[in-house]
Amino acid sequence: MERGNNVKTNIVVRHTLTHLFIIALGIVMVYPVLWMIVSSFKPNAMIFSDPGLIPKAVTLENYVTGWKGYAGTTFGRFFLNSLFMCAVAIIGNLISCTMAAYAFARLKFVGRGLWFAVMMTTLMLPGHVTLVPRYIMFNTFGWVGTYLPILVPKFLATDAFFVFLLVQFIRSLPKELDEAATIDGCSPLGVFLRIIVPLASPALVTTALFTFLWTWDDFFNHLLYLTKPETFSVSRALRTFIGDAGAVSNWGGALAMSTLSMIPAFILFFSLQKYFVQGITTTGLKG
Amino acid sequence: MRKASGILKFLKRNAAGYMFLAPWLVGFLVLTLYPMAYSLWLGFTNYNFTKPDATQFIGFGNYLKMFGPLFGLSEFTASTGEVMRADPYYLKSLSVTFTYVFVSVPLKLTFALAVAMLMNQKLRGVGFYRAVYYIPTLLGGSVAIAVLWRKLFEKDGLVNLFLGMLGFTNLPGWITNPKYALWTLVLLTVWQFGSSMIIFLAGLKQIPQEYYEAAAVDGANKVRQFFSITIPLLSPVILFNLVMQMIGAFQAFTQAYIIGGGRGGVLNSTLFYTLHLYIQGWAYRELGYASAMAWVLLLVIGVLTAIVLRTSNLWVSYGTGE
Repeated sequence: MERGNNVKTNIVVRHTLTHLFIIALGIVMVYPVLWMIVSSFKPNAMIFSDPGLIPKAVTLENYVTGWKGYAGTTFGRFFLNSLFMCAVAIIGNLISCTMAAYAFARLKFVGRGLWFAVMMTTLMLPGHVTLVPRYIMFNTFGWVGTYLPILVPKFLATDAFFVFLLVQFIRSLPKELDEAATIDGCSPLGVFLRIIVPLASPALVTTALFTFLWTWDDFFNHLLYLTKPETFSVSRALRTFIGDAGAVSNWGGALAMSTLSMIPAFILFFSLQKYFVQGITTTGLKG
Repeated sequence: MRKASGILKFLKRNAAGYMFLAPWLVGFLVLTLYPMAYSLWLGFTNYNFTKPDATQFIGFGNYLKMFGPLFGLSEFTASTGEVMRADPYYLKSLSVTFTYVFVSVPLKLTFALAVAMLMNQKLRGVGFYRAVYYIPTLLGGSVAIAVLWRKLFEKDGLVNLFLGMLGFTNLPGWITNPKYALWTLVLLTVWQFGSSMIIFLAGLKQIPQEYYEAAAVDGANKVRQFFSITIPLLSPVILFNLVMQMIGAFQAFTQAYIIGGGRGGVLNSTLFYTLHLYIQGWAYRELGYASAMAWVLLLVIGVLTAIVLRTSNLWVSYGTGE
């Protein structure tokens, strides 16, 4: 009896210590982010002299000055641009990646094995080997400076990660359902729209979620293709806002706009957490 | 007649598959296969975006431009008779990138595994902790965090403020000192261990608890259990994480670009490979050279991935532990 109690106390002590350790480490980890959020509400002059999380004075000035943006374009426009790109990218990826995944997972056709292997290889391919020709090609089309170089590829399933994610998911669905539907006279398109798409909705949510985040956070493509300030996304605009040398006087504004730019990711993450975990564990989505 | 119907049948059997595959197939052919072939060819030319009509085939000129300094070449004559200058910064960018990859990836994975093991206990609130630890990964790739990082590690930044409180004096500006700049980027990468942690956590949950109980009965201590049970049974997951993180790390760009102010930082100490490629291609418009650089990157990643996969049979076990 006494021994049992001892073991129990031991476990309690061990768990408490683990909790404390995890919490302490967690605070260190999120401290920079918290500090950024808090600092965006501090008067500009106080930001870098105060490492604490409790501001001595609170102001919305940084949000007001930051929101003005630059070159006559406000951050309101940048946010709308980013949202627009994300919306179109999501539609493109959902349509094209789900179609490809359905073909790979369910339909029989000559060359399926080969194309699947090709798709899996492109998963690992560094995008840089296609970068220059794509740029030259899009430039010939007169697309540089528009959203087309960023959005059109989404309708052609170039994000192999999502094709793979959806293939894995569709394969796990019971085959009997589509077989039954086929016997009842359903065409492949009917099976796709009435059975596969509704059943695959968790994986579709994951696809939409990560498409949003990656398009929102993408910087490289925006740097290459968005040339006019009025077309800038939030991430592209932030970079110009802080300038080359980073010698801006309005750091408060930069931190305020940076904080705003993180809000969508926060909202999505805390409302759709299980889809994150699913996406990461089935494909090892980079992040 | 008979043959025609056979063809029709063949078409009919494959039509649906190819209809659904069509967007991907077009994307692959137009946006991947053709550009790959084209960039391979461009890599052997002196294509410059401002004067594409003057493009000439220069053989391995671009590759000599990269690796010439390795053999003490600073100038050489290309097959066109034109004198070409070797790229004085290419090898630097290669070594910066290798250092970054080989330090940050193992550190990140070690950290991810340690935290995953800590959380793989019957603790209350693990879901919440997991979410908190994922936050840096969620935000880390953004320009916003890069902006923040640059401010944190400046001479009068938050980090030095804290270190000053602890009594340290004469602190350097971590970002502006070429000795330390790369390490702030390594730290930024390691900080984002969230995805690897979640994958490790899922892997750890698959290991039956009985193995540990049996080992404990046999007198194996925790360290022994870790090396004889956890590591072998988790090895496929470790391999997966290692390959994915390695491929990703070679292509890191945004953070170095923002922190270096669009360049390679002080004395090119943070001149990542992709950043150098971008500068060559889009600041100097040398798209032929940039293409050649992209192909070397592909080869480096391909060879290293192959080495990791080949040697993986030495340490990865797919057995059931019997």
